[in-house]
Amino acid sequence: MWREIWLVCRKDLIIEWRARVTLIQIVPTVLLVLVVFAFALDANPSLLGEGAGGLFWVAVLFGAVLGAKRSFDIEAEGGNLDALRLGGLAPAAILWGKAAALALQLVLVGAFAAAGLLVLYSVTVHEWLLIVVAGLCGMAAFAICGTLYGAMTVGLRSADTLLPLLLIPVAAPVLLAGTRAFDVALGTSADQGWSWTALLAVVLVTYIAVGWAAAGPLLEDA
Amino acid sequence: MGAAVAFEGVVALLDRFPALAGVDLSVQAGEMVCLRGPNGAGKSTLLRACAGLVPVRGERADVLGFDLRAQRRAVRPYVGLLGHRSPLYGDLRVDDQLRHCADVHRAGPTEVSAAIERFALGGRLGEVAIRRLSEGQQRRVALACLTIARPRLWLLDEPHAGLDTSSRDALDELLADAVNAGATVMFATHETGRSRVAAARQVMLAGGRVEQAAPSDSQDGANDVA
Repeated sequence: MWREIWLVCRKDLIIEWRARVTLIQIVPTVLLVLVVFAFALDANPSLLGEGAGGLFWVAVLFGAVLGAKRSFDIEAEGGNLDALRLGGLAPAAILWGKAAALALQLVLVGAFAAAGLLVLYSVTVHEWLLIVVAGLCGMAAFAICGTLYGAMTVGLRSADTLLPLLLIPVAAPVLLAGTRAFDVALGTSADQGWSWTALLAVVLVTYIAVGWAAAGPLLEDA
Repeated sequence: MGAAVAFEGVVALLDRFPALAGVDLSVQAGEMVCLRGPNGAGKSTLLRACAGLVPVRGERADVLGFDLRAQRRAVRPYVGLLGHRSPLYGDLRVDDQLRHCADVHRAGPTEVSAAIERFALGGRLGEVAIRRLSEGQQRRVALACLTIARPRLWLLDEPHAGLDTSSRDALDELLADAVNAGATVMFATHETGRSRVAAARQVMLAGGRVEQAAPSDSQDGANDVA
């Protein structure tokens, strides 16, 4: 199973390395979202700083939607998903391989978005460890969630609009807990940052459990 | 040798439409069968059903000894399917794609080198992104992947489409070699002029059923159908 997960993950990462869609299209889109908010709230810099955590997660969620769509577009093209299935790969291996590749790409997106926050919003990080742990949990949760819904909508004519419609509500707990944890880490809230990070971890484990249960039916019927 | 494909009254529904409406077909191991019929006759669905990619019902639906009604996934590693479109990743280079196929099918460098040589994919072509290749070149890469997979049952949908004369000859040779090595080949085509196509047993489909199938040991019947 681990070998199969690695094969799918490596293949997706090589495709990204060759095409650089994350670097050339998704990262600029995410940065553009941050810039647009910076312009919109420019008259009130303190509000910008207070909302920085939430804006980060909204921007990364947009990036996750784009990444999940792209991840399954390449499989729908030419019947590649059938080729993977005919290779005898287990549905779960396909799902986790793609989720791992998407998670790594989202970490890249998150790093650029975090740099964007520091430059555009002039925020100061008080707890780096909290930022890193909450960020990694959130990216992994977005990646699993995005992969599940990407598999569900692959090949559908309405996939372009259906994917965000399905993904964004389900990702709301990550958005909420991630924002609260980042608010603490950026010093704009005196809340319990690690409690919110623990909630993020619980949400992540829940998505993993759902992924294990749903991989077979989703990728068999896709 | 036993039957590679044994279908009796096989039905396959695609969005409630009976794409296969009671197919009776027997294909012996090591046989080459050419599926013919008008558009929408069920040729592509029959090939996908044999690959275990379409749920089927019926009295009997065995492929390579696996009952497709209960073991659809189990047959897949032994089957190679090339559909209308070439299953390739446009952003990968040719050598990336072939290496990926080899890794998935646990093939070694010898198989990859042989496939590269047979379909003339060596040299600088290996470094070209698949998206930049012509349709015929992409078809050659897809056929090379199929060769690397070494399936026991080859399922090909319009395999000659988009290929130039020399590539068509290479494909015919490949199919003949596969049969000589004991594999079974089923392909759907509208071609009539090629000797390999004429040499295969002809099976005529219409309306999701087998209308006419020449017996496996009779080429006379095959010519009647063609």
